[in-house]
Amino acid sequence: MASNTDVRNYPGFVGITILCLVILYAPLIVVTVYSFNASASITVWEGVSLRWYADVFTGPDSEKFKTAAVNSFSIAIMAATTATVIATCAATAMVRGGRFRGRTLSFGLISLPLMVPEIVTAVATLIFFNAIGFTRGYTTILAAHIAFCIPFAYLPIAARMQGIEGTYEQAAQDLYATKVQAFRYVLLPLMGPGIISGFLLAFIISLDDFIITNFVKGAGVETLPTAIFGSVKQGIKPNIMAISTMLLGVSVVMVTISYFVSKKDNTQ
Amino acid sequence: MAGGAATGASVTTDTYAEARTWLLLPAWAVLGFFVLAPVGMMLVYSFLTKEFRGGVIWEFSLAAYDQFFFDRGLFGDEAPKIEWTYINIFWRSIWQAGLATVMSLLIGFPTAYFIATRPEKVRPIWVFLITIPYWVNLLIRTVSMKFLLRDNGPLNEFLMSVGVVSEPIHIINTNFAVQLGLFYSYLPFMVLPVYASVERYNFTLSEAAADLYASKWTTLRRVLLPTVKPGVIAGCILVFVPSLGSFLAPDLLGGAKNFMIGSLIEEQFKGSAGNWPFGAAAAMILLSMVLVILMVFARQQAKSGKEAG
Amino acid sequence: MAEARQIAIDVRDAVKRYGDFTALKRISLSIHDNEFFTLLGPSGCGKTTLLRMIAGFEDVTEGGIFLYGKEIEDLPPNRRPVNTVFQNYALFPHMTVLENVMFPLEMLGKGREARARAGEMLELVQLSQFANRKPNQLSGGQQQRVALARALAPQPKVLLLDEPLSALDLKLRKAMQIELKHIQRETGITFIFVTHDQEEALTMSDRIAVMSAGELQQLGTPGEIYEYPRNMFVADFIGETNLLEVSVDAFAEGRAVCHLGGGHEMKVDAVEGIGVGSKVHLSVRPERLFLTDEKIDPDALHATVLENVFVGTNIMTIVDLDDGPNFTIRAANSDRGNARVFPEGSPVFVNGDRGAARLLVD
Repeated sequence: MASNTDVRNYPGFVGITILCLVILYAPLIVVTVYSFNASASITVWEGVSLRWYADVFTGPDSEKFKTAAVNSFSIAIMAATTATVIATCAATAMVRGGRFRGRTLSFGLISLPLMVPEIVTAVATLIFFNAIGFTRGYTTILAAHIAFCIPFAYLPIAARMQGIEGTYEQAAQDLYATKVQAFRYVLLPLMGPGIISGFLLAFIISLDDFIITNFVKGAGVETLPTAIFGSVKQGIKPNIMAISTMLLGVSVVMVTISYFVSKKDNTQ
Repeated sequence: MAGGAATGASVTTDTYAEARTWLLLPAWAVLGFFVLAPVGMMLVYSFLTKEFRGGVIWEFSLAAYDQFFFDRGLFGDEAPKIEWTYINIFWRSIWQAGLATVMSLLIGFPTAYFIATRPEKVRPIWVFLITIPYWVNLLIRTVSMKFLLRDNGPLNEFLMSVGVVSEPIHIINTNFAVQLGLFYSYLPFMVLPVYASVERYNFTLSEAAADLYASKWTTLRRVLLPTVKPGVIAGCILVFVPSLGSFLAPDLLGGAKNFMIGSLIEEQFKGSAGNWPFGAAAAMILLSMVLVILMVFARQQAKSGKEAG
Repeated sequence: MAEARQIAIDVRDAVKRYGDFTALKRISLSIHDNEFFTLLGPSGCGKTTLLRMIAGFEDVTEGGIFLYGKEIEDLPPNRRPVNTVFQNYALFPHMTVLENVMFPLEMLGKGREARARAGEMLELVQLSQFANRKPNQLSGGQQQRVALARALAPQPKVLLLDEPLSALDLKLRKAMQIELKHIQRETGITFIFVTHDQEEALTMSDRIAVMSAGELQQLGTPGEIYEYPRNMFVADFIGETNLLEVSVDAFAEGRAVCHLGGGHEMKVDAVEGIGVGSKVHLSVRPERLFLTDEKIDPDALHATVLENVFVGTNIMTIVDLDDGPNFTIRAANSDRGNARVFPEGSPVFVNGDRGAARLLVD
């Protein structure tokens, strides 16, 4: 009955939505399930076991993965922190700096890493480090990550700041706060959720990056994605599924935190 | 009140106007140094001479672009013919990305529409469900896809066990696998902008159309789609552009026969077989294509924005 | 009485331009110490701009603003002993009510006495029991009182109120009008109140500045403004009025004989700048007119009743001067039985006492 009177309702769209979710989640669920497979073969199911998780930490490749994980997480933390600070400053200038010449240009520059295809950024960064004679390694990965994390940190922070009415800072100033105090005691706490979201998204983006890292890492330095890619080239092994599942878990936890933090709207 | 129009009512204020140069400086510096300058340097490299063990010799040369477009025979002394190898790779990339975009639209539009018509309270949860996979490592997602699609992988096992097929269907290392991979990689990019514009859509318009004797599908075609077109176009661009330069999906799912631009570029920088100026030129051509698409899109958005208000 | 009082805010030839648009066209006015002063005008008249210039959120394009004789142009908002109650209150959502009220005191480095003083202020606005709530847990009226307490806590020399009651419903607004007036008396702080609601302005103010299109139209007490509007804008904007375009036919005993159309004439106190033949506007408040069925006053105008509208405390009667313009007459609905209602279509006479009508020269 409802479908006859409700102009919004299109029969079949429910089915497609479910199909969409199945497509999005099936591969992830399958890999998660198979990561608990007791079998040494990826095709045969032999019951539940944590064997491959143990293998990640103690197996022959454990040293390689451990180094890669340390690299990945340390780079992600540093890149996300730096990008968040830079993005917060930039957002303050863009959203609270009035209209000025170069504002559109600045926005273009900030969103540049989102527009340029990743493979192009990767190639360009490699060429650049080569041209200025930088030895590729940990530092070059970090620098590249900071740069492409900035827009990801910027977007939620700027969106948040746009949602905060300017009268709050004006009220603070009217009540004898200096501009710095108005920022510190009023704007910054109100922006908290946006800053946390920005940081988490930048963190995940850094942790996930493969292409750019692959180009600028140089010999010997691996992050988790490059290490996984190297392994997968020789065929999917069960320990890769275990490590993928763990990384997947990290991403899901981070996005969930980000979701709940941003839902907590403290401006109303 | 007039002052309100300039300051109070707008969310953009000028409280920190004096400090804006200093506040923007770090972003300018980092992005200028590590994104803009590299792209400029890449342009320069595409006009240099290749060094046989990778890298370049600082001598101006059009060889990279020449090699991309023209075939001058094995010794380079024949009359130039059009070189189809690379153009074909680009063409295949456009084709693959295009098909992936169409698939995303066919699945993504109804999904976005469905979410946008849910009660307001549960919409964020649906959106959240759609976005989670995007935040999972693209490499892991592609590997998962590869695992799922293998000849003796879970998908075929499932299909055989329910009796849909009698022997495994061969998906991996086909064009279709690449399309599927690209579609899977960027599907959320289609859903989100479409969702955003359908959510803003005024459903009274649909009611008016129904009142004026339009069927549901006519309403969809004649009223809803034209209204939410900017969102649909944005979604298509967000899927098409990254698909075009994608590396992982064609590399892991497509195999050697289903080469795309990304792999072509990547190959030029790996080991001694590479050709840096050629890789830089190919990347420049890809970048130009993307920028043209984005510019056309931006102009169109500006135009439709003007029409709307 | 005003002469003896000190001047709190002195606006001298203040001009405000945004690019080509002039929001304030050379405004001068003085606001006395301890006064409840209202800036009244329709939206876009520049009243909020002027308030924001006093608060320090807008710079002054030309002219100056003086606070107790001191030029404040160069002081940023946080250095001006002037506080604002914002239209949307701007209560800091991440702080409790008490923390909000303590904020200005902490900023002034009076952290030690902040808690006690904030407590006093919350008592003044009767919100002590809500001290530890967040602003979003309060009703609109309560938020409004917190904003007031916060702005008063640092004992500003002048309190600016930017349409603070506009978000409240009618009943609450009336109650707050009285409370605000009461608090102003109690604290002795100069209040500058911005509103577009003429009734609110008349109720609360010691003096009112009526503004329109960036210009000061009239400055005076509520009584002066209501009874002696200086021009057409003020007459029309404040209260209800019958506004007619008339021509001056003759002068007699210091009064102008005005032709209303259709052969009707009315004698009105002459004002400067008119002569025989002048086209001027005439304003008569509806409550200054009354109807009779017999011609008692020789100057009464004959008319026909068009419509009676019952509006609770009043009865509005619209009459048509035969062959002339329409008039609205308001009679109090107070003494039941005596207030006569003339049925529609009945012939009546329109009477007014001397001074009921005023001529306006623009």
